[in-house]
Amino acid sequence: MKDFRYLDKVATLRLNKDACVGCGMCVTVCPQRVVHLNGKKAEIMDLDGCMECGACTMNCPTGAIAVTPGVGCAAYIIQTWLKGKDKASCGPDCC
Amino acid sequence: MKDFVETPAGAVPRVHTKLSWRDRFGTFRARLGITRNNYKVTPGLYCVGSPTPESPVVATANYKLTFDIVRKEMNGLDAWLLILDTRGINVWCAAGKQLFSTEELARRILLTQLADIVSHRQVIVPQLAATGIAAHKLNNLCDFKAIYSPVRASDLKSFIKSGYKADETMRSVTFTLRERAVLVPVEFWILRKYIFIVSAIIFALSGIGPGIFSFAAAWSRGAAALAAGGAGIFAGACLTPILLPWLPGRQFWIKGIVTGLPLSLAVSLSFSNVIGTSGIVAATLFATAASSYLAMNFTGSTPYTSPSGVEKEMRRGIPAQALAALAALALWIGSGFTGGAA
Repeated sequence: MKDFRYLDKVATLRLNKDACVGCGMCVTVCPQRVVHLNGKKAEIMDLDGCMECGACTMNCPTGAIAVTPGVGCAAYIIQTWLKGKDKASCGPDCC
Repeated sequence: MKDFVETPAGAVPRVHTKLSWRDRFGTFRARLGITRNNYKVTPGLYCVGSPTPESPVVATANYKLTFDIVRKEMNGLDAWLLILDTRGINVWCAAGKQLFSTEELARRILLTQLADIVSHRQVIVPQLAATGIAAHKLNNLCDFKAIYSPVRASDLKSFIKSGYKADETMRSVTFTLRERAVLVPVEFWILRKYIFIVSAIIFALSGIGPGIFSFAAAWSRGAAALAAGGAGIFAGACLTPILLPWLPGRQFWIKGIVTGLPLSLAVSLSFSNVIGTSGIVAATLFATAASSYLAMNFTGSTPYTSPSGVEKEMRRGIPAQALAALAALALWIGSGFTGGAA
């Protein structure tokens, strides 16, 4: 995001240009405008802006763009530490 | 609801595009946190204006707050409104939980017999649902094609009228002062139980001293600790979200210290004749740790923090907060014996 920057050099977003078919779906869905289309290929132009929401991966027809998706929420991550990833939930008092 | 529109698949409720005072009161209660977890509309097909088989279909979540925002922004449009069953959760969170999913979208399209009502085969899906929807997979489950509308419902009308064109601004999330401020009441609502428990513990600890337990000390020192703690909570859960872009650092636990330290120190100092020097240090440490922790938990309410980043800052923030809280506890109990002179 332009106005808000979070931690640099942590995002797990990766792009395999050979597998990219240039459909532009990742560009459409990215809420942080991290990817753009350069000719017939997607290109990551702001890796540190990635919030790892997973929208691009979800909508990529060839699996060219990949990220470890998740929720950037401390309360949720504490739950995954305490209860394990399967049992953690955002609960009634969360999002 | 206004009335019904007859279609080949039965009567479809037509809803108002102006919110009533009851809708607004409902929004107010949900924003406070009171009804937030049970504020739903029945999933299914609705409509606004006078839709025809050619009219666009807009899909959204069944959280009443979401439903209200979307129908209000559809004022002047003739369109179908497809409400998915997201268990009363907003679009983005529901998509993250796979409730706003490709399967649910296809199921709702089939259940409402949408194909009999509209002549086209397109459904407009909110962009923020893309973490739960795979647009290219919808075709395998039903005849419809998903089109991503802009992030905000306020851009929906111009998106439809321009023939589905969205610029970069429409596709980007924002986090304005107003968008941050509306989240604050819920932060306090979630804390209500913990505030009660921690207050009771603080009063109990404050009474411990040379005479084993003193109710007078519990009251006077407890009140001071409570005031400092209140300052910490206010700093972490209210000041930090509001001042977010202007606070130094990118890590939230540090932002929480920046707001919590000066405020809780000022409050503690005003009780110096009751709690003494070590009491001031203890109260300030504890309140700052609380502020830092609450600020860190606000990451989940922002639209830009990555899980990798949050985990990284937690590995630094949590040990620091725990250490500060433990030191504060030891100092506080100790100062009960020395009268705060130490």
